[in-house]
Amino acid sequence: MESIYLTIVISPLVAAVIAGLFGRQVGRAGAHALTIAGVGLSCVLSLYTLKSLLWDGVPVYNETVYQWMQVGGINMEVGFLVDRLTALMMCVVTFVSLMVHIYTIGYMHDDPGYQRFFSYISLFTFAMLMLVMSNNFLQLFFGWEAVGVVSYLLIGFWYKRPTAIFANMKAFLVNRVGDFGFLLGIATLVMFAGSLDYYEVFERAPGMVDLRMNILGDAAWSVLTVACIGLFVGAMGKSAQVPLHVWLPDSMEGPTPISALIHAATMVTAGVFMVARMSPLFELSETALSFVLVIGATTALFTGFLGLVQNDIKRVVAYSTLSQLGYMTVALGASAYAAGIFHLMTHAFFKALLFLAAGSVIIALHHEQDMRKMGGLKKYLPITYWTSLAGSLALIGFPGTAGFFSKDALIEAVGHAGIAGSGYAYVCVLIGVFVTALYSFRMFFMVFHGKERIDEDARHHLHESPLVVTVPLILLAIPSVIIGWPTIGPLLFGDFFGDAIFVAPNHDVLGELGAEFHGPLAFLGHGLTSPVLLLALAGVLVAWYLYIKEPLLPARIRERFEFIYRILDNKYYLDAFNQNVLAAGSRLLGRGLWRGGDMAVIDGILINGTAGSIGRAAGVLRRLQTGYLYHYAFAMVIGLVVLVGWLVW
Amino acid sequence: MVTVTHYLMLSGVLFAISVAGIFINRKNMILLLMCIELLLLAANFNFIAFSHFLGNPDGQVFVFFILTVAAAEAAIGLAILVVLFRTRASINVEDMDSMKG
Repeated sequence: MESIYLTIVISPLVAAVIAGLFGRQVGRAGAHALTIAGVGLSCVLSLYTLKSLLWDGVPVYNETVYQWMQVGGINMEVGFLVDRLTALMMCVVTFVSLMVHIYTIGYMHDDPGYQRFFSYISLFTFAMLMLVMSNNFLQLFFGWEAVGVVSYLLIGFWYKRPTAIFANMKAFLVNRVGDFGFLLGIATLVMFAGSLDYYEVFERAPGMVDLRMNILGDAAWSVLTVACIGLFVGAMGKSAQVPLHVWLPDSMEGPTPISALIHAATMVTAGVFMVARMSPLFELSETALSFVLVIGATTALFTGFLGLVQNDIKRVVAYSTLSQLGYMTVALGASAYAAGIFHLMTHAFFKALLFLAAGSVIIALHHEQDMRKMGGLKKYLPITYWTSLAGSLALIGFPGTAGFFSKDALIEAVGHAGIAGSGYAYVCVLIGVFVTALYSFRMFFMVFHGKERIDEDARHHLHESPLVVTVPLILLAIPSVIIGWPTIGPLLFGDFFGDAIFVAPNHDVLGELGAEFHGPLAFLGHGLTSPVLLLALAGVLVAWYLYIKEPLLPARIRERFEFIYRILDNKYYLDAFNQNVLAAGSRLLGRGLWRGGDMAVIDGILINGTAGSIGRAAGVLRRLQTGYLYHYAFAMVIGLVVLVGWLVW
Repeated sequence: MVTVTHYLMLSGVLFAISVAGIFINRKNMILLLMCIELLLLAANFNFIAFSHFLGNPDGQVFVFFILTVAAAEAAIGLAILVVLFRTRASINVEDMDSMKG
C-alpha cells in the first residue's frame, strides 16, 4: 500500500511543479490536463484506499517513509497514518479538488495566470494530503503551514488589486497568531511526552493527566489542557473561529474556485480534522473541551448574523462557511467528533457547490458580485438555479438532504452533552439554524427570484455557464443531496472510525444517541418533529416574506434598528479593533523598537557611536602628524635615545 | 698622543652638528641633504677609528660601502630635489608639509 499512498501524495505535487515551472512550455491545455490527471489519479486511489480499508480489511497503515533527522532522541520523520478517518478526508479533499480543477477551466478561461493558478491548486492538494495523512506532529505542521502559504498565494492571486494584497496579508498575519498557539501546543506535547509521533503521544497521554506546569507565576496548569488549548488556537486560526475569523470573509478577494476549495471545503476544515485526530488528548481535558465548545458556539451564531447584512454574494457564502465551521467545532467540543467530521464531509460538498454556483452566477454576469444587481436569474441559469437550490437546502438542513442528517445529529449531540458551556452552545446552534435558513434563502431569493435588477448590458450576454462549470455543479449536487442516507449509520453510530477517534465513556453523547437510532428513515421521521426543522422553515418563510412578498420591508427594518444594523455592518467592529488597536499597536511598538532600539541604540550608539569615537580620537591624534620633516626626525632621535638608553641601562 | 677618544669625540661633534642642522634648519632642503652626508661621515669616523686601533681592516671596508651608498643617495636626493623644485617652485622645508594630518 505504501506505493499507493506515495502516489496519492506525489502526483499532485509533480503536476504542480510541471505546470508551475514549465507553464509556458506545456501551455494552457497542457497545464490543466496535467494537473487534472494528477489530482484525478489521487482521487481514484483515495477512493480505492477507502474501499480497501472498509471492505477488504486492509489494516491501518502507520509507517515512517523517510527519516529526516534525529535530534536529542526525537525523530523527525515523514510518515503516513492511514486509517478510516484519514481515508475519508483524502476522498473529500481529492474529490472536491478534482471538481474545482475542472470548474477552473471555465472560470479562469480568460485569465493570464492560468497555468500559475492550476499549479497553485495542485500544490494545495499536495499540502492538504500531507496534512491529513501525517502520522507525526512535524509533518502535520508542515502541511498546516504549506496550505497556509498556498492560501496566501491564492488570495493574492490577482496581485495587482490592492484589496487582494491587503486580504492575503491579513489572512497570513491572523494565521500567524493561530500558528503560534499551535506551535506552543506541539512544543508542550514534545516537552512532556518526548515524541512527535501521534501514537506514542496518545499512548503516554493518560499518564500525563495529573502533570502540572507553571506558565505565569505560581499558578499550576494541567499540561494537557495547555497543550490542547494551544493546538486548538491553531485550529481557530486555520478554521476561522472567533476571534481569529476575520481573515476568511476578506479571503473572498481570491478567485471563486479557491473560495470553494480552500476557504470552504478543505483547508478551513483542517482545524476540525486536527482536533478529531487529537481526540485522545482532548478527551482528557474537560477544560479544553469546554473552551472548544464555547468558541465554536459563538462562531456558529454570531458570524451567522453577519451573513444577514452582506450584499456581496461570495461574502454571504463566506459567513455561512464561518457559521458552519462553528457548528463543526461545537460538535468537537461536545465530544461528538464523528458528527463534526460527518458535518465536515457533507459541508465540503454543499459549500463547494454553493461557492461554485455563486461563481457560475458571477461569470454569467461578467464578474458582478453585488446581489442588489441580480434577481430573477432563474430563467437564465436553470442548472445553476437547481444545483444551488440543492446546496441551499442541504445547508439549512432540509429533511432528507445531507446537511439535514449531519446538522440534526450534531445538534442532538450538543443537546445531550453535559460539559460546562453546553447549555449556551445548544441555544446558539438552535438559533443558528434559523439564521442559517434566513441568510441562505435571502441570498437565494435575491439572486434567482424577484424583480430583475440586472444591467441592460449584462442581460444581453446572459446565458448558462459552459459545461466545465455546470458538470462539477451537478456532480457536487448529487452527494449534497444523497450522501447522508448511506453514511449516517456507520459514520456516526457504527464503528466506522474504529480507533481513529477516541471518546471517553462519560462523554459519549453519540453513543447515547445511537441507542435511539434505528436507521436513516427513522432518523428522518424523528427530525420532522424536532424544533430544528421548524426553525429552518421559519427562516425560509421569513426570507420569502422579506425578499419576495414585501421587498420594501428590509429597508424599513434597517432604519428602525439602525444601531444593530451598524454593528453588524461593521462586523462587531472587530476589524476596526484589529486594525486600530492590535495592528496599530504592533506598528507603534515596531516603530518604537525601530526608532529607539534600532536607530538609537544599535545604529546610534553601537555602530555609528564606535565609528564616531574612533573619529574623535583620530582627530586628536592627527595633530601629531605635522608633515614637517624635522619633527619626524626629532621623533626618531628621541626614540633612538630612549631605546639605546633602555638597552644600555 | 691622539687616542681613540679624540676620534670619537670628533665624530660625536660632527654627529651633533648634523642633527642640529636637521632640526634647526627650516629653510633649505639642500642643507638638509648636506647634514645627512655629515651624519654618515660621523659614522665613518667611528668605523675608521676602531679599525685602526683594533688592527682590523673590516671597518674600512664598511666605510667604502657607506661612501658608495652615500654618493648614490646624494645623487638621488639631488635629483628628487630638482623635480621637487620644478613642481613646487620652492625648496623651503617649511612648505613641505603635505603629509600633515
